[in-house]
Amino acid sequence: MLHSKLLRRGLASLVMAVGLAFGAAQSWAEEIRVLNWQGYGTDEAWSLELFTEKTGIDVVHDYFNSEQEMLTKLRTNPGAYDVVLINSAYTKQAADEGLIQAIDTSGMKNVADLSPGMRDNENLAPGGTTYGVAWLWGVTSFAVNTNDFSEMPQSIEELWDPKHAGRVGWRDDAIEAVMFAAIATGQDINNPSDFVVIRDKLRALKPQIRTFWSSEDEWNQFMSANEFDLATYWSGSASRSKTAFGLPVEFVIPKEGAIGWLDGLSVATDAPNPEGAKAFIDWMIDPEFYVTWDTEVGAPASANAKANAELPETAFNRAVLGDPEKVATLQFMGPMDEELRQKILELWQETKTYLQE
Amino acid sequence: MQSATVDAPRISGRRLRAIAGLTGPAYFWLALTVFLPLSAMFYFSFLSDVPFGKRVAVLTLENYAAFFEKEFYRTLMLRSFRLGAEVTFYCFLFGFPCAYLLAKTIKGRWREALFLLVILPFWSNALVRIFSWTMVLRGNGVLERLVNWIVPDYGPLNLMFTYPAIVVGLVHSYLPYMILTCYISLEAIDDSLIEAARSLGARRLTVLRRLVLPLALPGILAGAILIFVPVVGSFMEPRILGGRQGTFIGTIIEDQFTAVFNWPLGAALSFLMLGFVLLILLVVVPLARRAT
Repeated sequence: MLHSKLLRRGLASLVMAVGLAFGAAQSWAEEIRVLNWQGYGTDEAWSLELFTEKTGIDVVHDYFNSEQEMLTKLRTNPGAYDVVLINSAYTKQAADEGLIQAIDTSGMKNVADLSPGMRDNENLAPGGTTYGVAWLWGVTSFAVNTNDFSEMPQSIEELWDPKHAGRVGWRDDAIEAVMFAAIATGQDINNPSDFVVIRDKLRALKPQIRTFWSSEDEWNQFMSANEFDLATYWSGSASRSKTAFGLPVEFVIPKEGAIGWLDGLSVATDAPNPEGAKAFIDWMIDPEFYVTWDTEVGAPASANAKANAELPETAFNRAVLGDPEKVATLQFMGPMDEELRQKILELWQETKTYLQE
Repeated sequence: MQSATVDAPRISGRRLRAIAGLTGPAYFWLALTVFLPLSAMFYFSFLSDVPFGKRVAVLTLENYAAFFEKEFYRTLMLRSFRLGAEVTFYCFLFGFPCAYLLAKTIKGRWREALFLLVILPFWSNALVRIFSWTMVLRGNGVLERLVNWIVPDYGPLNLMFTYPAIVVGLVHSYLPYMILTCYISLEAIDDSLIEAARSLGARRLTVLRRLVLPLALPGILAGAILIFVPVVGSFMEPRILGGRQGTFIGTIIEDQFTAVFNWPLGAALSFLMLGFVLLILLVVVPLARRAT
C-alpha cells in the first residue's frame, strides 16, 4: 500500500512537472508571423518591444516587394503567416481565393475609433464581413527635391516638363505607371477608357526618365545622390525620407488629382495564432503607436480618426490629408480584373521597350 | 579519343560496373539538381496559371504564342543578343592580348602575381562589383572627376544609366573567363612552332593569324560561349547600370518571376531564349571552326 501510494505521488508530481515545463515553453514561445513591405510600420523595433512587453507575444517578419509576390507567398505557404498587409484593392481577391479569413472585431478596442468610411469600405469588408481592418491610407503622387524648385509645382504635367529632361525618377510598376497617365489625361484610374492616349502619354516620358526605382531605400539613395529633380513617390515614404533621412523633399498633390490607396491588415487562413494576430492588429491601429510612428519616423495617414487628430497641427497627414478639398481630388485604387491587369502589364512592357530605343 | 573508341568493345562487365559506380553519383546529382528543376520549369511554361492554392491551371501554348504575337518581345530578344555579342567581342578584344602576354611573354613569379590580379574580382560578390561601377560612372563620380582633372572644364560625361555603362559593367564581370580559357589554349602552343614560323620568314601578324589564332580557337570559343550565354540573359547589371536603357529580355523574365508572378510566361520566355542561344551556337561554332 505504502509502496503504491508513494508511486502514485511520484507519478503525479512527475506529470505536473512535465505539464509545467510544456506550459512554460508554450507561453514563452508564443509568436506571430507578419507579412508586409519592409520598413512599413509593423517592424518598428520600439513598437515591437512595447507590444511584447504588453502581451508577451514575439513578432517575426517576412517581406514582399509587390502585391503579386504577397499573394504568391500566401498561396504557397498556407499556415505560415498570421498577419498580412493587403492593399484594399486586393483584399476581396485574397478573400475569394480563401487566403484570408473573416475577422471578428468585437474584442478589438480601437476598431470603434476607425473612420466609418474606411472601416466599412466595401473593398475591405465586402458584404459587411470584415476581411481587412482599415489601417493606413495615403497618396501616390510625386515628390520634388526642394533645392531644384523655388516654388512648389501645381500640376502633374511637371513630370513631363522638358525643364526636367533626364531628371525624373519613375517607379517600375505597370499599374502605377498607367494610373499616373490616366490622371494626367483625365481618365478613371481603375478603368481607363482610352488606352491609346495613355500609351502616348507614357511614351512621352522617354526624354524625362533618369532611371526606375523599385524600393523606398533605392529612392532615398537616388535622391541623395542628386539623380532626380522629382520622382513618383508615396506620401508616407516621403515623410519618412524627410523626417528619418533628412532629405530635402516635399510631397506634391497636383491639381489634376492623385492616386489614393487604403491598406488593411488581414488574418491569414490557417493562421497559427489568430488571437495574437488580432491583438497585434489592434496595437497597429492604436493612437499610441501611430502618433509616435508618424512624428518620430514618418507614416501615411491613419485610418483611425482619433489617431490623426492627435498629430501636431502642421503634420502633413493632418494639414494636407485632413483637408477635405484635397482629399476630394483623389481617385482611390479599386479592385481590377485579371484581364485588365494583364493588358496594363503588356502596355507597360511595350512602353519600356520603346523607352529604351 | 581514338584509342578510347577502339578500347570500348573490350570493356568488361566488371569495368562497366566500376565506371557506373564511380560516375553514377555525379550523374544522379546532376539529374537531381539541374534536370529536375529545369523540367519542372519546362512543364510550367505550358500552364495557364501557377498551380498554387486554389488556382486551376490548364495546359496551353499561349505563353509561347505571346512571344510571337507581341513585337516588343522580339525587339528585346534581338537587343539582348546584340548585347551578348558586343560584350563577348570586347571581352575578346581585351582578354586575348592579356592572355597572350601571360602565356608567352611573362614568366615565373610575375605570372602568378598577375594571375591573382585577374582572378581577384571573382572573389567579390557580383552585386558589389556592379555597385562599385555606379560610383565610378555616375555624375560627379570617380571617372568624371578624373577626366575633369586632366582636361579642365571637360564637363559631364553622362555615362551612368546608358547602354555603354551596361557594356562596361558586363565586360568587367566576364573578362576573366576569356582570359583564363584563352590562356589555357595559348599555353599549350609549343613555342618552337612560333620560332619555326618566324625563322621561315613569317611576319608577326601572319604568325598570329595563321598559327596562334587557329590553335587558340578552342579556348576563344569556350570563353565566348561562357560569356555570351549568361550575358544574353543578364538582368541585374542592366537594371542597375542601364536606367531607362536597361530593359532586356532578361529583365522582362525577372519581372515575370518577381514582380508579376506570371511564372508560366517567364518560363516560356526563358526556354525560347535557351532555344535561340542553342540555334546560334549550332550555326556559329562550326562556322568559326571552318574559317580558321
